[in-house]
Amino acid sequence: MAERFTDVPTVRQQLREVDYLADDGISGVVFLADRLGKPILVEGPAGTGKTQLAKSVAEMSGSRLIRLQCYEGLDEAKALYEWNYKKQLLRIQAERNADGSWEELEDDIFSDEFLLTRPLLEAIQADDPVVLLIDEVDRVEVETEALLLEIRSDFQVSIPELGTIEAKQIPLVFLTSNNTRELSEALKRRCLYLHVDYPEMDREKEIVLTKVPEIAENLADQIARVVRSIRQLELKKAPSVSETIDWARTLVLLGIDKIDAETATETVNVLLKYQADIAKAVKDFASNDQLGS
Amino acid sequence: MTDTAVAGAAAPDGEPSPLLELLAGFIIELREAGLPVSLTENLDAMEAVQHIPIEDRSTFKYALAATLVKNHGHWKAFETVFEVYFSMRGSQYSIDPESSEFDFDFDDDDQQGQGQGQGQGQGQGGGQGMSPEELAEMLYKALQSGDRSMMQAIARQAVRRFAGMEPGRPVGGTYYLYRTLRNLDLDGVMERLNSESKLENPEQSSFDERLQNDEYKARVSELKKEIEAEIRRMLVADRGVEAMAKTLRKPLPEDVDFMHATREEMASLRKAIYPLTRKLAARLARKRKFGRRGPLDFRRTVRTSLSYGGVPADPKFRHPKPHKPEIYVIADISGSVAAFARFTLHLVYAISNQFTKVRSFVFIDGLDEVTSYFDNVDDITEAIHRVNTEADVVWVDGHSDYGHAFTVFWEKFGKDVGPKSTVLILGDARNNYHASQSWIIKEIQDKARQVHWLNPEPRSYWDTGDSIVGEYVEYCDAVHEVRNLRQLENFVEKLV
Repeated sequence: MAERFTDVPTVRQQLREVDYLADDGISGVVFLADRLGKPILVEGPAGTGKTQLAKSVAEMSGSRLIRLQCYEGLDEAKALYEWNYKKQLLRIQAERNADGSWEELEDDIFSDEFLLTRPLLEAIQADDPVVLLIDEVDRVEVETEALLLEIRSDFQVSIPELGTIEAKQIPLVFLTSNNTRELSEALKRRCLYLHVDYPEMDREKEIVLTKVPEIAENLADQIARVVRSIRQLELKKAPSVSETIDWARTLVLLGIDKIDAETATETVNVLLKYQADIAKAVKDFASNDQLGS
Repeated sequence: MTDTAVAGAAAPDGEPSPLLELLAGFIIELREAGLPVSLTENLDAMEAVQHIPIEDRSTFKYALAATLVKNHGHWKAFETVFEVYFSMRGSQYSIDPESSEFDFDFDDDDQQGQGQGQGQGQGQGGGQGMSPEELAEMLYKALQSGDRSMMQAIARQAVRRFAGMEPGRPVGGTYYLYRTLRNLDLDGVMERLNSESKLENPEQSSFDERLQNDEYKARVSELKKEIEAEIRRMLVADRGVEAMAKTLRKPLPEDVDFMHATREEMASLRKAIYPLTRKLAARLARKRKFGRRGPLDFRRTVRTSLSYGGVPADPKFRHPKPHKPEIYVIADISGSVAAFARFTLHLVYAISNQFTKVRSFVFIDGLDEVTSYFDNVDDITEAIHRVNTEADVVWVDGHSDYGHAFTVFWEKFGKDVGPKSTVLILGDARNNYHASQSWIIKEIQDKARQVHWLNPEPRSYWDTGDSIVGEYVEYCDAVHEVRNLRQLENFVEKLV
């Protein structure tokens, strides 16, 4: 099978070209996933770019992104395939007066034309290179997890009426999880595990610079520092990377070129979403003022 | 033997077999440390490293992590083992494996000279014959500028000078770290950095100052890490990989003993508890939703059977009545078991929607109800903090007196306990030789549905010294040893 990537630094470089700043861990695991033909299980706090990683990898390798959003109650019909029975009924009715045999009709209504492909089947059938993103896999029940697993392990689907469909190429698979429940050992064992955490200060600054190009460098620097300080407080929900970016945009729109305690207090609601957290952060900014003076 | 394996791995272009051998040892050590590494994962790791250029240490590390560590909580344990097993690579780390003895004299700066050229370019520059003052000055400069290579060099120097390491001592290095840090006086340096930066930019706002301060803090902690790593490298070189890994082995967060957790472990426990409670709550809610059907509803079954000519073809079942107990938590919050009480309260309140009511009481030798602290607060941590600081729990001298605390409970709240109540008593039952008043527990047991005693001490310590848990246990429905998060989680789940 053709390898998508040449080596780790190249992966990193290419991800950067599509505005995704990967660290060693991320680029290394993406590279390995391709070489070993294994899916990547991405975990980490919300808003650290787990889904974005899959999107960026698709963009950089010129693949189509097929996304399966998981939710409680997701089943085979929604994940894999379904017969379009309304259309089948129509067909049968239209056929009623013609004198074709039942066998012919049966062959007819169980053909590709009446098959509704869902994301998993679509990924397997695809001729072009695809990246399959199974988002928030922790939301499905354990039984559905097993279905995902089965398909992922041999990349083929048997449809009783049509036969077995085998994958023409092995897609790169990303599973993301917000860790609301423990995933099964079997699933974890088959995946490469990648924990995406809040970025280091320097990387966060770079991310801000990339995503908000009109920002001044020293402001980006300040933003990254303030966010780092806030993350050190014990909060219910620490600011995510996307919230940092939102904050940067806000500051740019407001025409602020230097953060002080006052502007930080006024705009902190962009970063933090819980009242208790906001109060804590504001108190922190203020208490600091008294210490200084 | 270890030495040869390490030497093989140290050479970037060495044959693969010593590396695989080292990897096998590495994986055994991971399992010893409690990480569940399966055979397939082991094979994956072996395959993965063949795709990774071995010189790229950090990618190598992540490749191993991606294949071997499937739980973020285990990352730290992995990292420690990794550092021990794979820290010899890269020229600036190498300590000559030939030299069997180490000379830790003050002026032993030029060890790299005899290292067959593998220790060149260590950025150690003017290390030779530096006075302690010069070293301090260098440290200050390095922290001010955040120069990484300079910090590494200083860490090296400092360890050589101050740690006073002796070969062959079976220690984990904490003592050496302490000695090194004490001599470096990092607090003093921090102060100087802060005052200096104030002098340089007098108009700097306090907000900026704070940010600057955070930056220095980050650099100092980086330096500390560097020093730790340096000590570890030397210890590994001295005592071999396996021995070192064994000394450094630490319990995983879910296995950390509440009673003996260090400050760092406490912090990691606090971090671990939040996702744990969330998971537990989700699991319990789900269980309730998909729980089994209730017992056969005979009346309705017969009624429907009429439409089948008297054949009970369609059995009907009662809806299960979810049993929602009232929980009474009575917790000892004296010094020795405070942490345990804190985590238990946290967990109980996090799933309080599984109970009709939760009432909590804390005591040392007096007893106080703290239920109101948890009313309408969305931050449990905050409430628990208030419990520990504001509750009125001292009666005489602030030494645990279970007997008196129970007496107070019985007098004030005993009448509230009813057949729906489940009473949880948390404590080590170290009663300082006061009267046990265990008849109260008997009374409570008669009235309440269940009484559970949770003891954070290992079972073998029970009833030794002033522990009188045995006297109480007689009247409890069950007594549990709950020493770590894993046991606590199990207990709470069973409770519901």
